[in-house]
Amino acid sequence: MKMSKKSKVIIYVLLTIVAIYFLAPFVYMLFTTFKTEAEAIAYPPSLLPEEWQWGNYLDAWTSQPFGTYFLNSVLVTVGTTAGTVLSSSLVAFGFARFNFRGKNILFIILLATMMIPWDVTMIPQYMEFNLFGWINTLLPLIVPTWFGSAYHIFLMRQFLMGIPKDYEEAARLDGANTFQIYWKIFMPILKPCLIMVGILNLLTVWNDYLGPLIFLQDRSKYTLALGLASFKGVHTTQIIPMLCITVIMIIPPIIIFVIAQKYIVEGRSGSVK
Amino acid sequence: MKKKNFWRTATPYLFILPWVIGFLVFTLGPLLLSLIMSFFDWPLIGEKTFVGLGNYIQMFTEDDQVWKSLVISLKYAAIFVPLNLILALFLAMLITQPVKGVKVYRTIFYIPAVISGVAISIIWSWILNSDYGVLNYLLSLIGIEGPKWLVDPAWALFAVILASAFGVGTMMLIFYTDMKNIDTEIYEAASLDGAGPARRFFSITLPMITPTLLFNLITSIISSFQQVTLVMLLTGGGPLQSTYFYGLMTYNNAFEHHRMGYASANAWVMFVIILLLSGLVFKSSSAWVFYESEVKADNKNKKSKKHTKKLEGGK
Repeated sequence: MKMSKKSKVIIYVLLTIVAIYFLAPFVYMLFTTFKTEAEAIAYPPSLLPEEWQWGNYLDAWTSQPFGTYFLNSVLVTVGTTAGTVLSSSLVAFGFARFNFRGKNILFIILLATMMIPWDVTMIPQYMEFNLFGWINTLLPLIVPTWFGSAYHIFLMRQFLMGIPKDYEEAARLDGANTFQIYWKIFMPILKPCLIMVGILNLLTVWNDYLGPLIFLQDRSKYTLALGLASFKGVHTTQIIPMLCITVIMIIPPIIIFVIAQKYIVEGRSGSVK
Repeated sequence: MKKKNFWRTATPYLFILPWVIGFLVFTLGPLLLSLIMSFFDWPLIGEKTFVGLGNYIQMFTEDDQVWKSLVISLKYAAIFVPLNLILALFLAMLITQPVKGVKVYRTIFYIPAVISGVAISIIWSWILNSDYGVLNYLLSLIGIEGPKWLVDPAWALFAVILASAFGVGTMMLIFYTDMKNIDTEIYEAASLDGAGPARRFFSITLPMITPTLLFNLITSIISSFQQVTLVMLLTGGGPLQSTYFYGLMTYNNAFEHHRMGYASANAWVMFVIILLLSGLVFKSSSAWVFYESEVKADNKNKKSKKHTKKLEGGK
């Protein structure tokens, strides 16, 4: 459709205003991380630091064992992503490519579980993990994802439903067994969907706060989100280290999103319908 | 031969086995246990006593906080849900415009949505600070004296809404992918018939995306009831408990006051409210949700059934 010059200008103005609203806090925060504490709480505030404090990030990083937190976050993120991609794809394959008794009712149950608020299950889950002796370990955050996530199963199943039946039949004629068909034929086809699920999970888990808050106690087990939030508990909150760690924490998700947004944006289309 | 048949029948079940185990251990089990616990006085350590409906009765007759928190959460949902939907729709409209560089804007709009709630709450508590916060400074430049956002009970809820709206990108993206699927020919035909942009939006775009609107409406109602992280870190439920959301109350009853049974009752009441609200929305949806397939149903009955089923299955 052709657009008049006037409406193009209006659209660019609107786009830019919104972009400023979303970006300004980050830009301002980034500059502030190089200020001194006094400058950060000065009024009226200034945009640029008077003198760039390059050491702020190192000071912030060493003010708590952030290296450990970072490692824990990476462990949980990698562990859950591997778990949910593998298990969810197995289950999605089962639901999408076979007919078996009870399939429909099981699938409806699966969809229904997405409606259950975590508030209802978190208390018994806590007690369950306590019974297993898993409290204050990373296991409660990782192990459940190895049994598939309803939302991820749903996304993959929708994707797999669209693949013609010929694929299995051809492979079966070549003598492949069912597991080989899943692993060698469907996993490669499913790749864009696996990447999307992986990224969605990665972002969720990296950012998760309540799970770690409930299940972890010792600082040596903290994830980055938990460590960052612990700044807020202190009464005389220091702004600069808190903002430095915030910057460090938000960089990985932004980079991953910018690189992989193709999968998220395209993979989403049709997922709701 | 028999053995082979057994394996053939068992194979699909083996594939879905991980989920079945996970469902039993991490969902159904806890769900039932939580229901049972809600009928007990169940401290973290020590004697558990059966109290029947005691917890539920206490919630609605003795505990003032339950009502207050319910009202706060409902108020939050009533403002946040429509605001977020309208904002997401507006942004999705903007990034579907055929202008150069629009993909860069799409990325920028989505960035806050990939950021942790912890980071969002830190950024906003710093921006909204009433002593040195930059927002009030900017407001003062245009002659407005900004409110004491996080310290004034009249404004704190609004501050939480402002911060949550920052993550509008997720919903925007869902609308966006849906709008992208609308055939541009429809717009062109409408334009030729003299329909302006507003008319095109209300007569074509909006009806076409009502199934997605329904989906977004329900998920945002659910998530606004579950909002905990942001209030916990932005306001801590204060000032004067003006942002003591229902989810935060439930969390505190469980993990601060260690009243596991009572908190379970809290959670079940929340679950029922969510189910009721979602049910109401679903019920109303037949009046305003438009499925493309229903129109085609006259000539292609079979196909439409399949399509509607797919739509209903959508999370």
